[in-house]
Amino acid sequence: MPKLTIDDRTIEVPAGTTVIQAAEKLGIYIPRYCYHPGLSIAGSCRMCLVEVEKAPKLQIACYTFVTDGMVVRTTTEKVTIARQAILEFLLANHPLDCPVCDQAGECKLQEFYMQFGQYDSTLLENKLKKHKAMPIGPHIMLDSERCILCSRCVRFVDEVTKTHELGIFNRGDHSELLPVKGVTVDNAYSGCLADVCPVGALTDRDFRFKVRVWYLDKTESVCHGCARGCNIEIHSNRRRTHHNDGRLIARLKPRFNGEVNHHWMCDTGRYSYKSIESDDRLVQPLVRLTGKGQEKSDWTLALAQIDEQVTHQVGRSGVAAAAVIATPALSNEELWAARGLFLQGMKIEKIAHRCTPDPNGVEDSLLRKTDTFPNSFGANLIIGQPHTADPTVDTILEAAAAGKIKTMFVIGGGLLERYSTDLLREKLRNVETLIAIQTHRSVLTEMATVALPMTSFAEMDGSICNFEGRVQRYNQAMPPVGQSRPLLDTLADLANRWELKTAPRQPENCFAELAQNAGYFAGLSYETLGDGGVNPSRRSATAATT
Amino acid sequence: MLKLATRNIGLENSHTLAVARANGAYSRLEKALAMAPEAIVEDVIKSNLRGLGGAGFPAGRKWSFLPKDSPKPRYLVVNGDEGEPGTVKDKYIMIHDPHLLIEGIIITCYAIRSHKAFIYIRGEYDLPIERMERAIAEAKDAGILGERVMGRDFALDIVVHRGAGAYICGEETSLLESLEGKRGWPRLKPPFPAVEGYQRCPTVVNNVETLSYVPFVIEMGGQAFADLGCERNGGLRMYSISGRVNKPGIYELPMGTPLRQIIYDYAGGITDGRRLKAVIPGGSSCPILTADEIDVPMDFDSLAKIGSMLGSAGIIVFDETVSLPEALLVLTRFYAHESCGQCTPCREGTAWMAKIIQRIIDGLGRPGDADNLIRVARNVLGNTICPLGDAAAMPVMSWVTKFRPEFEEWIRRGRPVSESPVPVTRIGERLERAAV
Ligand SMILES: Cc1cc2nc3c(=O)[nH]c(=O)nc-3n(C[C@H](O)[C@H](O)[C@H](O)COP(=O)(O)O)c2cc1C
Ligand code: SF4
Ligand code: SF4
Ligand code: SF4
Ligand code: FES
Repeated sequence: MPKLTIDDRTIEVPAGTTVIQAAEKLGIYIPRYCYHPGLSIAGSCRMCLVEVEKAPKLQIACYTFVTDGMVVRTTTEKVTIARQAILEFLLANHPLDCPVCDQAGECKLQEFYMQFGQYDSTLLENKLKKHKAMPIGPHIMLDSERCILCSRCVRFVDEVTKTHELGIFNRGDHSELLPVKGVTVDNAYSGCLADVCPVGALTDRDFRFKVRVWYLDKTESVCHGCARGCNIEIHSNRRRTHHNDGRLIARLKPRFNGEVNHHWMCDTGRYSYKSIESDDRLVQPLVRLTGKGQEKSDWTLALAQIDEQVTHQVGRSGVAAAAVIATPALSNEELWAARGLFLQGMKIEKIAHRCTPDPNGVEDSLLRKTDTFPNSFGANLIIGQPHTADPTVDTILEAAAAGKIKTMFVIGGGLLERYSTDLLREKLRNVETLIAIQTHRSVLTEMATVALPMTSFAEMDGSICNFEGRVQRYNQAMPPVGQSRPLLDTLADLANRWELKTAPRQPENCFAELAQNAGYFAGLSYETLGDGGVNPSRRSATAATT
Repeated sequence: MLKLATRNIGLENSHTLAVARANGAYSRLEKALAMAPEAIVEDVIKSNLRGLGGAGFPAGRKWSFLPKDSPKPRYLVVNGDEGEPGTVKDKYIMIHDPHLLIEGIIITCYAIRSHKAFIYIRGEYDLPIERMERAIAEAKDAGILGERVMGRDFALDIVVHRGAGAYICGEETSLLESLEGKRGWPRLKPPFPAVEGYQRCPTVVNNVETLSYVPFVIEMGGQAFADLGCERNGGLRMYSISGRVNKPGIYELPMGTPLRQIIYDYAGGITDGRRLKAVIPGGSSCPILTADEIDVPMDFDSLAKIGSMLGSAGIIVFDETVSLPEALLVLTRFYAHESCGQCTPCREGTAWMAKIIQRIIDGLGRPGDADNLIRVARNVLGNTICPLGDAAAMPVMSWVTKFRPEFEEWIRRGRPVSESPVPVTRIGERLERAAV
């Protein structure tokens, strides 16, 4: 392996490594615009120029491959002047829209100017005019005056999505990044363009003018849009509650995980956060008292009602006439607690998670999976019980329609995407005690004897297993919406009432219990899962960042 | 006076196969086909034939860089883009002696074991394109090109590709992109074309003139050819001379002929007996020389020694009446217009320099402009993907440095030191209109 020296520090790296990568390993950050680890090398911005001993000219670190004995310097006067020069060139035609630019605060022009620029401007000439505020697709806005022509976006649509919607047209300083004539940038990953653009040329229309980025808090999470489980950050706006239309979650951003989603996430996942604070969230318990209609209630009354109604119903019709649907929208911990309460505690054997597939599920060669449940793998492990007749949601619904189910718990989302409202209404008509524990209002909560609001993945810690069996953690990014409560608390409360064994209320502890009891999770803990998750089926605990 | 590449120019119908053949065409090919390919490469190395497109890289050495063990096909790409301002030599060969070029191409392809060659010709060159296409057809009909070249077990096809009007497509990797049907953006190097060129296969790119001398290397032998020139610069070359001389044109002279001799003895001296002010020795990108510097021998190494370049040997002569700031405006606008825009320093720097000079010409110069021009040029120099950035920076640095008082005068007073009899700015305007 070649050994080289960068700024007097020596490192050995595999052949084929570039200087910019080797420097990064030493913790030396070389500024860059066109270089993006997920894309091919363009070598065009020239921001990464460094001095390489014996080379007469400065070399671009992103396209200089290490050789044994190479000596690189990144802080010499020559390098400093070159960096200032590149910034000066980039800013020569730059509009400096910072006060009204969404990118401000996370803009590489701003950052590198502060770090490596700070020259006195000598520019007296007029700046060029180009297209501004040009919607080029459902999610992306282009301001080509702000574009520094790094071609990251072009390479993204050429190499990653292979949809080729963008190009750089014209020559010289009239060069302009534009969509190909007559083409809309509407590929399934178009939101990533706002991420790859180092400046404010491509911005997310959804996030446009919502909130300044420096007010955002970032929480590491995992997308719940499909079985891929893309690693994400939830950016929440807790400090400027009057911004972002009063909502807490401002946007989702992909978080690098080389084993799962690399640098990307799909648009469906990216904009899925809207349902978290949507108007149809169930924000309060609902209770239907005998002889009366459904009424808004409070937790104490609602739990007492469940206690009373379920006890009464099971006592009357027997545990064989009771069933539980716990969907793969739930976390491993929630599924574990549900299993403990219903299967082991109440001895309800009809407990199902398998549904008919989501007709809107799409699969492609990049990320998206047809299974739009985030945790089918975990549900199969935890709920999928071979010793029962292995009920599915369909068989339970059929049994209910045939009048064989009198008590039913419906826990977790995703059913409405798979079964029509009419169908559910029809199938559940004969269920006498229906307990719906849901995040959103639907026919389920409407028909429920008692409906309880539960938290979504943004309001709670938890873990899920993606389609490959990788166990990944996500973290609470915001307080529970309305009066919704974590399912672990609700199930523990019910268990207490029925004097059954409770699962830990803390997700971390609950996971620890799971790890002790379910072989697949053996030896794992929140700590070992880390930021990037672990895939026990591969028996390799790989950190996401390596 | 010995003539090689221009030997047949002037003969009636020199472009036809019959006339060309009667005057030696393809006799060298016969000789070459009897040689081993490696022996030809050796001989060309010995001949000190340099690349005459601009960079002056020794032709034989370039050929020897082709990987020996690659299973991929090899290509020869002939650079006939001839975009360097002041340079008009390649088109004369293509118009008047296309068979000489074809002969050079066939010998080269045989030497490098290539079975396909492309001639990339500047888009505006209607007649050269027509003549080359006709000559290729003639050669095919005569069995000189095709499945069996001259009846031998060697196949070769030559394809003419018309450029689309960008100076940058003369840069070899940009040319290859353009040839592949892509946007003419220069590639990052390495890999060089010899390793990964056309369609990522091993490719030799040579200038029209370079290849036109190959038959003469075969004819006279490498050493004899080398002896015609000077040290490390073999043979003759075609000097295009334009500007304020009495007899502008193309002169085929030995490598290393002193510039003074070319200007005064061959080109008839300065028009109207005026004083020489400055000379661009090798095409607009080459640093300018003052009247005191013209005793330099015109070869790659001698010019490099005095800080300029032989380039494509396009000599442009300025007399005492030419306003250099205005002439520099024409050049900087040209480079700003022709920058492909791929890399930051050239894209922004060329345009910025042109704007500063325009402002000076408009009478809005500021103290510090001259220094700033040099600084901006220096920030472009050496920091770009391809040499176009350098080509734009070097004139600015050398002109402003060597003729600083004239520039300062414009900056201070906003009007020329002397009246310029040629309305140089109008050429600039024309360029700009073309740009819109
Ligand atoms: C901006 C630029 C323009 C160029 N234009 C031409 C050209 O028009 N014709 C040419 O033969 N070489 C041109 N070159 C040089 C080529 O890149 C290349 O060096 C040459 O074709 C190699 O052939 P040679 O070795 O026979 O000279 C240009 C180079 C640059 C950087
Ligand atoms: S829009 Fe952004 S990503 Fe695309 S070329 Fe411009 S600066 Fe780069
Ligand atoms: S591919 Fe799946 S996990 Fe990834 S962002 Fe899209 S919906 Fe979310
Ligand atoms: S130096 Fe100029 S012409 Fe060459 S790649 Fe860069 S922008 Fe294009
Ligand atoms: S990051 Fe290296 S040239 Fe752009």
